Amino acid sequence: MTDKPKVAFYWCASCGGCEEAVVDLAEKVLDVVAAVDIVFWPVALDFKRRDVEAMADGSLAAAFLNGAIRSTEQEEMVQLLRRKAQTVVSFGSCSQLGGIPGLANLFDLDGVLASAYLESPSTVNPDGVLPRPHSEADGHRLTIPRLYETVRSLDQVIDVDYYLPGCAPTPALIANAVMALLAGTLPPKGSVLAPDVALCDECPRKKTKPEQLALAAFKRPSEVKLNEEDCLLAQGVLCLGAATRSGCEAPCIKGNMPCTGCFGPTSRVKDQGAKALSAIASMVESNDAAEIERILSSIPDPVGTLYRYSLPASLLRRKRPAAGVATKG
Amino acid sequence: MPETTMEAGGGAAAAQFEPKIVAFFCNWCTYLAADLAGTTRLKYAPNIRVVRLMCSGRIDPQFVLDAFAKGADGVLIGGCHPGDCHYESGNYKTLRRFHLLRRMLRDLGIEDERFRLEWISASEAEPLRIAVNDMVEKVRALGPLNLAVPEEQHAEAPEEVAVP
Repeated sequence: MTDKPKVAFYWCASCGGCEEAVVDLAEKVLDVVAAVDIVFWPVALDFKRRDVEAMADGSLAAAFLNGAIRSTEQEEMVQLLRRKAQTVVSFGSCSQLGGIPGLANLFDLDGVLASAYLESPSTVNPDGVLPRPHSEADGHRLTIPRLYETVRSLDQVIDVDYYLPGCAPTPALIANAVMALLAGTLPPKGSVLAPDVALCDECPRKKTKPEQLALAAFKRPSEVKLNEEDCLLAQGVLCLGAATRSGCEAPCIKGNMPCTGCFGPTSRVKDQGAKALSAIASMVESNDAAEIERILSSIPDPVGTLYRYSLPASLLRRKRPAAGVATKG
Repeated sequence: MPETTMEAGGGAAAAQFEPKIVAFFCNWCTYLAADLAGTTRLKYAPNIRVVRLMCSGRIDPQFVLDAFAKGADGVLIGGCHPGDCHYESGNYKTLRRFHLLRRMLRDLGIEDERFRLEWISASEAEPLRIAVNDMVEKVRALGPLNLAVPEEQHAEAPEEVAVP
């Protein structure tokens, strides 16, 4: 081992895309590897939890943690890494805001398990077996982590120093963050390591955004032939660029698809979905209640659309549990 | 003048659920109606906490969610009648946001009766009284909102599950 700064990567409730983003650094990953020792990275390196436990507290320069927190194991691992690392970087939308797995907060845990293990069309489970915390097989008592009723963002579980936004964070932002960390030029604790303006600010179609938007229907990208020049909102497609932080370099817009909000809100906004709702609803081209309802009905799933990545970090955090149902830890 | 709890509920008042309702009233119409209700000594339920804004169009949906998250059982918005907005179109923006926000709240398990929009002009103290009393009764019938506090759900010891 050398005396290079040590870093760890860990994943919680996530898809693996954030791990892929590190690999997407391409040749820049060589600069990173030359500058740091990666001492823990389950997706790529064969170090175990006990190796982390054996490290001295504060001996890691940084831990990059992706994924939301929804199981006992994830909670234990991020608490362990928090103790070992001087700097914790929340990596990606799921860790920062709850992300796509956070949409499980629209259901209770029984519903989530039933959907995944019993009801989905691709499930073959004739005995109706569900995961259980403890079981016995061949005389061995087996334990698996428990799932929580509510999915949480990383900073709802441990103290977080910095946030790298995005689903997934872009190679440019990752490289900047790592280099700033090594050079000791990071901004104040709690900062999101991306520009603090809305995506519209760096949108290549900014010039075509009308002064006043008035929409008589919201269309899905599959329902309309989109041109590649004009503001997507002006073409009737629900684009969340106005309520989303910039820094991604607008790859979705360049691919002729609307922004879905993965970079989260700017620092002035607490609840991204509410702010997006405010912007989108005010564009409805009617002053009549029935007509407004009709136009808004072209948005089939407001929560899933406006809070696609941020439900656990929103003001309400989850769907209200049904009355009388005791929530299980 | 708001009624006291004893007058509203008689002897059973002590056990009755008293909803907390946050009311966002615009400066030019509904707030003046509330003022008029006061000066004319109209009595209505004491459950609303009024927040005055210059225009109902100033109401960020975040204010509504924050009120619910911090313990409100209902949120009432009061603005000028359509066509009467002091700033021409603020109340129309409110109307559009109200419809989408109510749908979103419904999807998040918060009943329609807990979130209400009323157009009440400066002279309409009586409609204000009726709207507040009606909303308080409807929210009272629904009971407390009881949003789960997520932090409290994570402290439990692992349960044992019988193995077949």
